Amino acid sequence: MLEVKLHNLKLKNPVMTASGTFGYGEEFADFIDISRLGGIVVKGTTGERRQGNPYPRMAETPSGMLNAVGLQNVGVDSFCDKVYHRIKDIDTNIIVNVSGSSIEEYCEVASKINALENIPAIELNISCPNVKKGGMGFGTNPEMAAQVVGAVRKVYDKTLIVKLTPNVTSIVDIAKAVEDAGADSVSLINTMLGMAIDVEKRRPYLSTITGGLSGPCVKPVAVRMVWQVAHAVKIPVVGLGGISCANDALEFLMAGATAIEVGTANFIDPTVTVKIVEGLEEYCNRHGIKDINEIIGII
Amino acid sequence: MKKYITDFTIVERKPFGNQYFALTLQHPDSMPEIAAGQFVEVEVKGERDVMLRRPISIHDVDYERNTLTLLIQIVGKGTKQLATLKVGDRLNLIYPLGHGFTVEGKNVLLVGGGAGTAPLLYLAKKFDSMGVRPTIILGGRTKDLIPVQEPFAQYGNLLIATDDGSQGEKGMVTQHSQFDQPYDKIFTCGPTPMMKAVARHAVSKGIDCEVSLENMMACGLGACLCCVCDTDEGHKCVCKEGPVFNAKELTKWMA
Repeated sequence: MLEVKLHNLKLKNPVMTASGTFGYGEEFADFIDISRLGGIVVKGTTGERRQGNPYPRMAETPSGMLNAVGLQNVGVDSFCDKVYHRIKDIDTNIIVNVSGSSIEEYCEVASKINALENIPAIELNISCPNVKKGGMGFGTNPEMAAQVVGAVRKVYDKTLIVKLTPNVTSIVDIAKAVEDAGADSVSLINTMLGMAIDVEKRRPYLSTITGGLSGPCVKPVAVRMVWQVAHAVKIPVVGLGGISCANDALEFLMAGATAIEVGTANFIDPTVTVKIVEGLEEYCNRHGIKDINEIIGII
Repeated sequence: MKKYITDFTIVERKPFGNQYFALTLQHPDSMPEIAAGQFVEVEVKGERDVMLRRPISIHDVDYERNTLTLLIQIVGKGTKQLATLKVGDRLNLIYPLGHGFTVEGKNVLLVGGGAGTAPLLYLAKKFDSMGVRPTIILGGRTKDLIPVQEPFAQYGNLLIATDDGSQGEKGMVTQHSQFDQPYDKIFTCGPTPMMKAVARHAVSKGIDCEVSLENMMACGLGACLCCVCDTDEGHKCVCKEGPVFNAKELTKWMA
């Protein structure tokens, strides 16, 4: 009833987790059966181990939060040698978010992940707002975005999802460019560039001054962008941005998303993803929907 | 150590001056083993601008009553909202979180200040259950800012240091006459400058020292990587690899 497909990738349901909010999945295994999810997108992985930005790198804002973690991760070799073996037998799609500062780095990471049998897809992160070099730089210009996606396409032969930034004039132009360059799917939105100031201390809350805004406050923007992109491209769209309940997920599906990712809500309720799966089942039963695909993109 | 998400019921609420209050929370059936120095992530409801949970250290645990106690300082919107809770209200917790204190040593010193005194009570209780009577130095600018005192006295030799001399010895905890003694282990939790001074002293004397850090957190589970401390081995999550660290790992932090 809930099965969907992203290009060649079958998901038992449309509910996945957003990179950087669910660790490697293990952190949540005490609370839920993580194999009930459609997919788990693990932490952004780069060519080398990264320390990320200095503390403080989080600030709570109304109905949301800013983060400036800056891709802290163990690096692709350590992922392949250690982390992969711990998580490879989880009965769901383990998707690696691939990040980098150069086309060469994206390609290096993608080709190493390509060799891992139980990783059926990558999410190419050309949209991280919290790194100085690369990251969002690739995702704000259609030509650059096409270049990096085209290069990765040559070394990666499984499902290639490209994660887009909302911090652009036209997300549709970027989505079309990466579709033409060979992406199998696009996921959106990454965080929105934001800023908050501690007026008592007269300084920004984040060490990096600006950071990425996430949480329920970004949801209407994300739904709008998913709707625009879904109407402009033929490849499936993965929607994310502030999803905290089944109704939020349904909004994205109706706007044109084939699957969704849950991010910040995991911090507030570590069981939220499974509640969303159950909520989608309940909705389908209540409305006599036999296949969730019936409601995808109805708006 | 397995983590849980559970609704507790508030069975006692005790104010300590205007700034602090303690909530005793009862588990619906039976609680798992909790280590001294671990914390909970508390859900905050009813405040428009508060979305994230708040990390609060575990002050006391009573397995007979199936309760745990949180000592909370009112510092912002989240804790202000928690202060409105009443006996009978439910409170959702994710617990027990983090890496706690290593309960070891025969001649041990516990040094606390402000809200940092909270996890030291359960630590003192653990030592007491092992037949070790710790020396406990609690400090504050003035006596009213040392919220909880009497419960400590049942588990150890309680000493007080106040900046204004309103109680105990006048001066900071590190100036107390019983501070610079040949302890075999020191544990500290409190304001960062205090913990740094205690840790530097311990390291300079070759005494093993554990510090309990506090950083702003989102998940509390080691997933979001927001609460990191710059340790000698790189960024580590205060929520998962801490909040208790050995001072040996914190050379950069101490500097």
